[in-house]
Amino acid sequence: MASIEETLAATRMFRNLTPEQLSGVAALGEEAEFADRAKLIVEGEAADSFFLIREGFVALQTEAPSGAITIETLHNGDPVGWSWLFEPYLAHFDARSRGVTHAVRFDGAALRGRCTHEPGLGYELMRSFASVIVERLDATRLQLLDVYGATVR
Amino acid sequence: MTPRTHRVVSRRRETADTWTLALESLPGQRLPLFAPGQFGMLYAFGVGEVPISVSGASTALDPLRCTVRAVGSVSSALCATAPGDLVGLRGPYGSTWPLAEAVAGDVVIVAGGLGLAPLRPAIHHLLAHRNEYERVIVCYGGRSAAEMLFVPELEEWRGRFDLDVDVIVDVAGSDWHGKVGVVTKLVELAAFDPDNTIAMMCGPEVMLRFAALTLLTRGVAKERLYTSMERNMHCAIAQCGHCQFGPMFICREGPVQRYDVVEPWLKVQEL
Amino acid sequence: MTDVAPSTPRTGDTVIVERGALDALLGSIARQGYRVLGPTVHEGAIVYREVRSAADLPIGWGDEQDGGTYRLRRREDEAVFGYAVGPQSWKQFLHPPRLRLWRARRGPNGDGLEIVEEPTDVPRYAFFGVRSCELHAIAIQDRVFLPGAHPDLSYAARREDALLVAVNCGEPSGTCFCVSMGTGPKASAGYDLALTEVLDGGSHRFVVEVGSDRGALVLDGVPHRAGDVADARDAEQVTAYAVTRMGREMPDVDLRALLYANYEHPRWDEVAERCLTCGNCTMVCPTCFCTSAEDTADLAGEEAEHSRRWESCFSVQFSHVTGGEARVSPRARYRQWMTHKLATWFDQFGTSGCVGCGRCITWCPVGIDITEEVSAILFNPTDSTPPAEAT
Repeated sequence: MASIEETLAATRMFRNLTPEQLSGVAALGEEAEFADRAKLIVEGEAADSFFLIREGFVALQTEAPSGAITIETLHNGDPVGWSWLFEPYLAHFDARSRGVTHAVRFDGAALRGRCTHEPGLGYELMRSFASVIVERLDATRLQLLDVYGATVR
Repeated sequence: MTPRTHRVVSRRRETADTWTLALESLPGQRLPLFAPGQFGMLYAFGVGEVPISVSGASTALDPLRCTVRAVGSVSSALCATAPGDLVGLRGPYGSTWPLAEAVAGDVVIVAGGLGLAPLRPAIHHLLAHRNEYERVIVCYGGRSAAEMLFVPELEEWRGRFDLDVDVIVDVAGSDWHGKVGVVTKLVELAAFDPDNTIAMMCGPEVMLRFAALTLLTRGVAKERLYTSMERNMHCAIAQCGHCQFGPMFICREGPVQRYDVVEPWLKVQEL
Repeated sequence: MTDVAPSTPRTGDTVIVERGALDALLGSIARQGYRVLGPTVHEGAIVYREVRSAADLPIGWGDEQDGGTYRLRRREDEAVFGYAVGPQSWKQFLHPPRLRLWRARRGPNGDGLEIVEEPTDVPRYAFFGVRSCELHAIAIQDRVFLPGAHPDLSYAARREDALLVAVNCGEPSGTCFCVSMGTGPKASAGYDLALTEVLDGGSHRFVVEVGSDRGALVLDGVPHRAGDVADARDAEQVTAYAVTRMGREMPDVDLRALLYANYEHPRWDEVAERCLTCGNCTMVCPTCFCTSAEDTADLAGEEAEHSRRWESCFSVQFSHVTGGEARVSPRARYRQWMTHKLATWFDQFGTSGCVGCGRCITWCPVGIDITEEVSAILFNPTDSTPPAEAT
């Protein structure tokens, strides 16, 4: 299995980080394993971590009276969680494992502290997560367009 | 061209408004031979004709299958037929999926919603000639589980070791435990060699553009993406003018076209 | 000079038929089994109807045409062909406005389904008075309906049997622009006979070029004499005069490239403010060919018909696709018509779709002029990239 640093270096969203920056982030990461139906992130709780899925299947969900609704699923190589970067640092959705998921958990709170002293790192992390948010927003919009309905426009 | 009478052998409901009809020819006659990607014109007595996706070519064991969505008077009449009813059919028309060009390489099939129907004969061909191709990957997206086509067959395909089938829905019900998101996600996750891949896409125009972008980002060359265009056909023989898309008659220069050929025209508003 | 028939004319010959022998010519055509259609004055316009004798033709009539304007006027002479083209073209006979394609029959209990193709026997037509632009238009429609795996059998049958007697224009109208389209005024090919009417002083005759054996056969029994140098010169002068009398001119540029580069030109918005999307232009245009399918059934539900009828790309429903119409705005529909006629037609059929007959200008209620629209785009370049080079 690749080291955390190697994994970060191979992840597209972090391609702009320097080796030192990658090293710094990797130092705040640790391996984590989640059993079937275990939650990586709990809606409403403090968002102090983010994850990189090594291998597994994670469903982003929200609770409705009818039960949990999955709004998106995340897979190998995907990051999970960006609320650690944005005030008030509270999770917006649940992230629940389907089957066993191996991931790397990063200490978001500590990373936030580092960023206030190292604006360069902060800027790069913002860029990285912004790119993910843009991708997710595009996908969400596509889902909203309901393209499979009978309408042309 | 005049339709020939055919008999509806069976019909299967795929979704709330989509049915697959199985057709056979009358004694002494032969079914037209549809190559993957080609379409036919189906005639409902007194109501009219519509172009239909041939979703399964006829073989010695299987009747011809076409998948029809009930959106107008003709398609609704066709979807209301019962086994034993007679309809008119003429064809084959149009261009075909590039199955010969794809030989010795990977094949990525990206389908959205009803778009799986015209791709199904291509998948059958790939499976029937499996040794001629490298990896075969099917990425299928739909609005929800209830709006997917050919579910039993999809499940069967997923069980094969020589085929990668993955499905994803835009909207998950409480009983959906699969992937949720856009079909481009499946393309991102798929393992194929971009330098040696032909992609065949079919679905709503918006989906096509995003799927194409994802494939191009992965490194598949523009000339190796193919799509099936949809327009309304009246004559199906490039003489009525309805199916024109820029300079192309979709009934003749399509429906299957190379994506780099249609893409600039897709950008023209109200073409 | 006595008119005798020295020998049977042959393809390539030029003979002279006096005005007095016109009835003999028409009679000869009818005797060959043709139904003769030609120009007649009817309801204030010159339209193609059955012609039984020379008296049915618009003798002494002329026309005045301009954008949105058509008037007949009395000439000071007795010219038989002293006018340009009217609102109709020959396409109404080769590509009829309504045509049944098949009939379907069902048993009384709704069982059985018999589908019967419509037979293609049609009368043999002789088109008398076909202008050069119209010959080109027929050739253009030949390329739409005849080639490929599914030729239009009705068109092929009518076309095969049709006798084309052309007339070289001596009197173009205010909207003609065949010269700049390379389609006239002289008929160069595709005719069985081509007539040039020469009226000078006391003489009134037709210089007739024989274009085919069928045409030669028609002249058998019609009083005529061989044409000489003077006749050729007189005919030449008629054409030369016509060349100088064009009402409009299409700019001499690569129209396909120009329009491909200007799908988003602001001129489309401008013309859309004037265009009523009435579709007149498509009805009178000799090359427009679009149709829609139509189905009818009787009340008992036992007999049904599938027909096709002329359709215009200006109608909103023409561009119907699942979920709506692809071309809703007048801007999009006008652009479709013009870019098809002048640009994409090249990719589809290898030629322009326009023959410069000017009908679309004359019969447009608001006088939109296709040559002016092209000029407006040509002389007001914008920065834009073409959607594609066609494959």
